[in-house]
Amino acid sequence: MDTRELVARLQSVLAEEHVVHLPEDLIVFERDASIDAQLPAAVVFPRTTAEVSEVLALASELKVPVVPKGAGTGLSGGAVPEENGILLSVSRMRDILEIDVENRTALVEPGVVNLELSSEVKHLGLYYAPDPSSQYACTLGGNVAENSGGAHCLRYGCTINHVLGLEVVFPGGEVAWVGGKAPDAPGYDLMSAIIGSEGTMGVVTKILVKLLPVPEAVETYLAIFENVPDACRAVSSIIGNGIIPAALEIMDQVVTKAIEEAHQVGYPADAGGVLIIEIDGMQEELDEQRDSILSLCQEAGAREIRVAQTAAERETVWKGRKGAIGALGRLAPNYYIQDCVVPRTKLPEIMGFVEDVAARYDIIIANVFHAGDGNLHPNLLFDVRDGDQVQRVIAAGEEIIRACIDAGGSLSGEHGIGTEKQEYMDWLYGEEDLEAMRKLKRAFDPDWLFNPSKVFPTGEGPHAAKIHIGKAPVHATAAAVWK
Amino acid sequence: MKTEVGQPGLVIPEKDNERVRFEGLTDEDLAQCVHCGLCLNACPTYRETGLEMESPRGRIYLVKAAKEERIPINETFLQHIFLCLDCRACETACPSGVQYGKIIEAARGEAIKAQPGGRLPRFLRWLVFKQIFPFPGRLRLFANLLRFYQNSGVQGLVRKSGLLKLFGGFGQAETLLPKLSSEFFAAPEAEVVPARGETKRRVGFVTGCIMPYFFGETNRATVSVLTRNGCEVVIPKSQRCCGALGVHAGARETAQELARRNIAAFEPYGLDVIISNAAGCGTALKEYEVLLENDPEYAERAVAFSEKVKDISEFLVDIEVDTSFGAMDKRVTYQDACHLAHGQRVRSQPRELLQSIPGLEFVEMKNSDHCCGSAGVYNIVQADMAQRVVAPKVQNIENTEADYVVVGNPGCMLQMDNALAASGVSTRSIHTMELLEQAYQAAESNGHADSDA
Repeated sequence: MDTRELVARLQSVLAEEHVVHLPEDLIVFERDASIDAQLPAAVVFPRTTAEVSEVLALASELKVPVVPKGAGTGLSGGAVPEENGILLSVSRMRDILEIDVENRTALVEPGVVNLELSSEVKHLGLYYAPDPSSQYACTLGGNVAENSGGAHCLRYGCTINHVLGLEVVFPGGEVAWVGGKAPDAPGYDLMSAIIGSEGTMGVVTKILVKLLPVPEAVETYLAIFENVPDACRAVSSIIGNGIIPAALEIMDQVVTKAIEEAHQVGYPADAGGVLIIEIDGMQEELDEQRDSILSLCQEAGAREIRVAQTAAERETVWKGRKGAIGALGRLAPNYYIQDCVVPRTKLPEIMGFVEDVAARYDIIIANVFHAGDGNLHPNLLFDVRDGDQVQRVIAAGEEIIRACIDAGGSLSGEHGIGTEKQEYMDWLYGEEDLEAMRKLKRAFDPDWLFNPSKVFPTGEGPHAAKIHIGKAPVHATAAAVWK
Repeated sequence: MKTEVGQPGLVIPEKDNERVRFEGLTDEDLAQCVHCGLCLNACPTYRETGLEMESPRGRIYLVKAAKEERIPINETFLQHIFLCLDCRACETACPSGVQYGKIIEAARGEAIKAQPGGRLPRFLRWLVFKQIFPFPGRLRLFANLLRFYQNSGVQGLVRKSGLLKLFGGFGQAETLLPKLSSEFFAAPEAEVVPARGETKRRVGFVTGCIMPYFFGETNRATVSVLTRNGCEVVIPKSQRCCGALGVHAGARETAQELARRNIAAFEPYGLDVIISNAAGCGTALKEYEVLLENDPEYAERAVAFSEKVKDISEFLVDIEVDTSFGAMDKRVTYQDACHLAHGQRVRSQPRELLQSIPGLEFVEMKNSDHCCGSAGVYNIVQADMAQRVVAPKVQNIENTEADYVVVGNPGCMLQMDNALAASGVSTRSIHTMELLEQAYQAAESNGHADSDA
């Protein structure tokens, strides 16, 4: 398909200003927040379901690949364009269509920013619970595509637990609703298949979400430990004692130092590990939990426990935590963030292993993670201009992934597979499992046009993590190094 | 089909290859951005357009690509770089500490050098930034002509004639022109205004280049508030425009020259503090150290100068302002001027001042730190986007039902007053210092002014 012809066809279904095609403009769309890059042929900005449908009908007719995109804050490459493909951005579909206070639901367009929904319903005493760290900027459409989690998913669950229904435009342009306000529709649960499908099955154009009442009381503690494994033990013992806090987040020294530069939260410079504990609910419930949490932390070796005294202090703690990944820019120009999950009790052991890997490969690994969910986020820091370092980062990353899978864990907790982890999918799944998943995708996308080169292993053989940042592609020739 | 990005031949004209490109901007400045995207929704132009090219992350990527010669510096590049309001909201949002202002201003300097816009805008830019603002005498002449224009009836004729349309964005600017102050703020002959009562401090005052003509009242109020607080105010006659407008527009050399003159103007007085009452000027003055970092003669002097600069509200809270205010029966809200909140991180101090005025009812508006679209000359050269940006601001102000929207930057006052009037909202803007001065005067007229001797 000739690019000029494709652009002309797109301009016949969308107004000119909703089709971006100049090479010098397209360049900013080559990346999301991950470490992969690819230029698209064109980017479209539809405003309505009907426009999305027309674009998808055209794509199917011309057999052009399509990648849907929210804000581009994803960490696994889900919104990285396809070569010669259409990038479909939902950033101009950002209306909140309905707020139903009695049923506690909101109907939104996919381009609505996560935090904006909560701000919009705050005066009603309601909020939208899933809170990815990028919630200041990420879209609900992107959250649905990646089944995003967040710090408070420990108690409240991920996106999938808060979506009631979806309007989806399927490949070919057909529009359908899955789910709805009434609970538990009979038949196959297609909605759950679509949530977390990473844009491989269609484009979500309306989302019906649950709103929750803002908890009566919230308390936030910072427990300071000598090291990360001790903090991990505290997490296991809190949950082991039957307490499910709203959030249990661990940060290592590398991360607290970077955050401290950005936000001055007041982390001690010599603390090896900091655990953020947040409990919420009825005041009485909190009163019961507080003492046990504090004593369990002390038993695990906490040298100090601080209590956020005001709402402003609490906000600073979370601002720091949620900006943690970005704050790593103070340490290195690039990061490769992983997303493995292990059974919670294995955390101390795995975190020790991560430390060992960092030393062996002589790289900095910064850890900030959802400890309560056993969800690791080792950030392997590097400078893409240093080719040797890039190789070490890829090798170190693979060792960590292998160790997590061996510990009974999985590849990804909440960031999605995208391009970043696709080559490791067959470490976790057998060919039969993957084929079953491919069949599901084909049921929705028979021409295999939607985000076609993501999620599944490419079959290229070696486990080549893709690190292509901008002009200088650094495609790891992993074959020589591993396997 | 392959796109043409990165192909040779698209890049900068050969004759330019000799000189240093993107002066003052290092690869490290750009590498600080890790592309996380947390800035996106903080950006007014991204919120309006949904386009990555009109976001901070996108613009940084464009600058990086242009610096690496992956894309040409052409009209498209210029459009994106100049559609930025330079409001710095992204700097507040950025966890990585990217100095976005430095990046965008260097890019503008580069863009102007590489390919200065169309002929008429280029002429007007030259006229305004190089021939008028830098010269106080010409500025005064311009102001006098303007006063004649406003008072003689010519303005009415021109507005009716349709003549303004010929000037594009600059024509729209005519409708934004505020009524000139009935009395210009003329710096006193002696250059020094004594403190009322005991002299506790000696401070410098940056009058701003257009403030004396359009905002004479604001300057008078500022000096009055300072003297009421025991400050002797030094107003060097040789001071010039701060250069902010030039920096924002890419006229870096003019701005650097102005910066050098201002440093030289204030240095002889040996002041500890230099006060600005305009957020945009204050930020520019605090950033002289960046503007002149490669000037061997001035680099250190610029650091010393910038360290002394304080916004008036910041200063007043620091010295524990005299709070013998009279009661004011008004409802007010506060607009965070971008270059105060994001540029100088001054947020709490103006609010603290307002809340110390008895009887004054203070209500926060929604998104008070979202840009109003004024942004220096932005509302003139990017009139359409400025209007889109101000629309939600008007709504948020209206929702507060305030009598005044208080703000610490004159440009914002013009922009908001025009938009409020056009929407039939009765709220009007007022500078923080004018409100404070009114509160002091209220105390005096009530007969219990006891603090000033």
